[in-house]
Amino acid sequence: MNIPKNLLYTKDHEWARIEAKTAYVGITDYAQESLGDITFVELPKKDEILEQTKRCATVESVKAASEVYAPLSGRVLSVNAELAAHPELINQLPYEKGYFLSMEFSNDSEKANLMDAASYQRYVEGLSK
Amino acid sequence: MKLIFEKHKDGRRGFSYGLVDVGGAKPLPEKYRRGAALPLPCLSELDVVRHYTNLSRLNFSVDTNFYPLGSCTMKYNPKFCERVAGFEGFSQLHPLLPQLSGGGMLAQGSLEVLYETEKLLCEITAMSAFTMQPLAGAHGELTGVMLIAAYHKDKGARRKYVIVPDSSHGTNPSSAAIAGYEVKVIPTGPDGYMDLVEYKKQLNDEVAAVMLTCPDTLGIFNPRIREIADMAHKVGALLYYDGANLNAMLGKCRPGDIGFDVVHLNLHKTFATAHGGGGPGAGPVGVSQKLVEFLPISRVIRCGDGTYALDYNYRKSIGYIAPFYGNFGVILKAYAYMLCLGREGLIKAAEIAVLNANYCQAKLKSYYDLAFDKTCMHECVFSAMRQAKNGVHALDIAKYLIDKGFHPPTIYFPLIVKEALMIEPTETESKETIDAFIETMIEIARLAEDNPSLVKQAPVNMPIKRLDEVRAARKLDLCWKPQN
Amino acid sequence: MSFIPHTQEDIKQMLKAIGAGSIDELFKDIPVALRPKSFNIPAGKSEFEVTQILRRLSLENATGLVNFVGAGFYDHFIPAAVDAIAARSEFYTAYTPYQPECSQGWLQAIYEYQTIICQLTGLDVSNASLYDGGTALFEAMMMAVRHTGRNKIILDSGVNLIYRTMLYTYTSNLSIEFVEIPVVHGQSSRRDLFKHLDDKTAAVILQNPNFFGAVDDYSDVVGQVHKFGALAIASVYPVSLGMLKAPGEMGFDIATGEGQSLGIPLSFGGPYLGFMAAKSELVRQMPGRIVGATVDSEGKRGFVLTLQTREQHIRREKATSNICSNEALCALRAAVFVSLLGREGLRELAEHNYQKAEFAKEQLSGLSGVEVKRSSPTFNEFTILLPRNADEVVQRMIDKGFACGFPLGRFYKGMDNYLLVAVTEKRTKEEIRRFVDSLEAVL
Repeated sequence: MNIPKNLLYTKDHEWARIEAKTAYVGITDYAQESLGDITFVELPKKDEILEQTKRCATVESVKAASEVYAPLSGRVLSVNAELAAHPELINQLPYEKGYFLSMEFSNDSEKANLMDAASYQRYVEGLSK
Repeated sequence: MKLIFEKHKDGRRGFSYGLVDVGGAKPLPEKYRRGAALPLPCLSELDVVRHYTNLSRLNFSVDTNFYPLGSCTMKYNPKFCERVAGFEGFSQLHPLLPQLSGGGMLAQGSLEVLYETEKLLCEITAMSAFTMQPLAGAHGELTGVMLIAAYHKDKGARRKYVIVPDSSHGTNPSSAAIAGYEVKVIPTGPDGYMDLVEYKKQLNDEVAAVMLTCPDTLGIFNPRIREIADMAHKVGALLYYDGANLNAMLGKCRPGDIGFDVVHLNLHKTFATAHGGGGPGAGPVGVSQKLVEFLPISRVIRCGDGTYALDYNYRKSIGYIAPFYGNFGVILKAYAYMLCLGREGLIKAAEIAVLNANYCQAKLKSYYDLAFDKTCMHECVFSAMRQAKNGVHALDIAKYLIDKGFHPPTIYFPLIVKEALMIEPTETESKETIDAFIETMIEIARLAEDNPSLVKQAPVNMPIKRLDEVRAARKLDLCWKPQN
Repeated sequence: MSFIPHTQEDIKQMLKAIGAGSIDELFKDIPVALRPKSFNIPAGKSEFEVTQILRRLSLENATGLVNFVGAGFYDHFIPAAVDAIAARSEFYTAYTPYQPECSQGWLQAIYEYQTIICQLTGLDVSNASLYDGGTALFEAMMMAVRHTGRNKIILDSGVNLIYRTMLYTYTSNLSIEFVEIPVVHGQSSRRDLFKHLDDKTAAVILQNPNFFGAVDDYSDVVGQVHKFGALAIASVYPVSLGMLKAPGEMGFDIATGEGQSLGIPLSFGGPYLGFMAAKSELVRQMPGRIVGATVDSEGKRGFVLTLQTREQHIRREKATSNICSNEALCALRAAVFVSLLGREGLRELAEHNYQKAEFAKEQLSGLSGVEVKRSSPTFNEFTILLPRNADEVVQRMIDKGFACGFPLGRFYKGMDNYLLVAVTEKRTKEEIRRFVDSLEAVL
């Protein structure tokens, strides 16, 4: 299970990479593994306002559709357009080319609601017990 | 097999209308006409007949294979029902005929069929009236929820929620949502029944309806169903009966006697009309007295002189939900079936359906984990968790069964049972057929221990191997295009 | 007769295996208080007896009238090969093709049906069919509402009243705002339509030919609709597409219609066939089953149900629709019918309908007091104005052996003297002449 050190995580298996006021957002290795082959992603529109813990995207595999929740609140700066033609990038490179979107987050204190890599690791281990 | 388009040859004809016996009219102006030529294929009649006949042979069907698809009641479809539906007096009747002035008398036979079928269904379910219009089970559900909405609206408040258990068919929550309701889901308790504590907590005067399947999708009859019904009625909610599993109840228990207010039936399940590869079905909806005035129009009535007529005079009706009177051809087959079976035949159908399911359950329960170990009704639900530990999943079991000539049970439903296998043998299958199926299921259980990879390769005897469903969803190809 | 194969011995052995003393014991979970208060169903009958009863009832229907009634549902000839294929029980006793390896026949047939619907409508994608033309139109409207996030619908009153009424029923608990556009001189009023078209509009719904039989080219309307970011939806009559401009050619986003005319018997209103085709960008908004092509583990072409995440069994209350079946057997009939006719046959069928209707129009216009409405071109159905109440004329014509048409007063206020007359390829020159003569006699 790949859980990069430099990211923040949610209990719903989203990650956020913080660069100044910008956050890059995607789903974790654990999430892509349990969903199986991803066939489609529905992404928000540019400039859409996201709210922490509220739905921001949907990922689909052949037999399931799962909601993805925003790890932070803020405005969508851009979405990963490549996913439309290549949803498999989420399976292959969930933390890199398989990212969902970038956003300008609006509330710094919300970061406190997220887990660091070590806590997320413990959380995931707890789930499989 | 080649597609019909790949068998095309310019200049070939499969049907001709001959020369038109009138003619010479000015052609339609160019701007209204199709610009590009029709891209349809050209074949001879034999080409077409052979193509589709050969396609038919690639299907499993009730007439060729045991088909224990849980929740779908794939019983034998008697042939005379098909013949009857083909009588020209029925098949060539234009639906607008009885709506013409003086035209009602021209459709007396069909109106009588609708009227009499409604009467039989009322007695079978203990409901006050039925609309025959819904064109499928899910369409019946939507109609039923709309009737419930109309009833509450008439009382002054539409209410906001519909309650469904987590074991329900997916159509229940989606029908409620399409009728404009928010859905509240009640979990199933460890005993296999709906969690009554949670149910009580969610039940209040904002709840419009409680939608239940009885026996439920685990194949179990909940002995506390009456209590559940009374609790719903106490807060003014109505009770909806999903009739998918009525086959087990014929002459044994009637939704109306329990207190259900709305019932939808699936004539293609309980009353043996052919499933047609996914339709057409028919989903008539029955209601208790307090909902009759909201039923869709038109309704068929019997006049004082014994003739039948269409009645539109229902001020509070929800309106038209189908263009005419329902899937008449399907209703007709169900009527013929009911006349043929009669009282004793219907009761016997329920009894033997339940016997067959319990027999499967008893014979397989030491090989597969039962979802809940109780006497089942018309179907039994196993979990393949034990086999999955060795990598043999419900899907693999299904594919191996195909190799052995059995249509698989329903798999991965109900959603609350992991690795679910839902087996509904139906009453028309003999002990020998069921024994052969059981033997194969036991063989699979053994292979899951000794040689799991053999199961996982299946099917190997079919025209195609397992298909790449991920590719189908990622690279959509829904329509054939000529390759230059 | 009960179609149950069990002998007494079978039952005994099975009960023993279960460990139950009797069949009654299996029903012990049903409390005594909930047992049926009555079950007064007549005793069973033999196959012969039931067949006789139903034959007698079938003869009480008057199907011997020469039919000029259409109004969206047409009396076309059905080639025997269509019945023969639909009678293959490997097709009609199967269910939804959930297991692709043992359902390739059905899956391929549906894929071919989808392709045929795309070819007829000139659009990119089709689903595996819906219940009927009316429910298909409702589903198309909801696609537009979801796609645009808007809720205003501009509905032409040339759309079959039966369908308009169905749309109103289905939306009675949803917040959809309808604007109905009047028909002026038989055609959709552009002036009214453009007046109401705005950036709140989700869709404009039109029918071709419209209910009065008028044929139109809606390319100009569709262009305007798209300027406002709305969708254009057409309800069409598939036989007419052998001649008329296809919805795709006019730029429509979604086409739906009643497929009954493609080899499906009138059968007193059902089962019928709702078809739906759309531009490819709308595919994820489509309701119902969809079949896609893919390959198996050895690279061989095969077919599966695809895009199932739209559907109720996965999305439950968030599904695009609650629909979980299609009218597969009717879709098969349509696919066989169209394959058999081919491009020449369908063109010929359309031509026959058009020519015969034109001939009837010409004959009728010779009758004094009868006015054939000619403000728009028509296909196989047209409106005539009678010198007296059309209801009475219809009744008198029944006595002469004709179902002579549909009286428009039933659906439209102030049109009591108007009659809608359909002439299909089945009507011979002789029948049309007798029809005109009889009409002259009853007027």
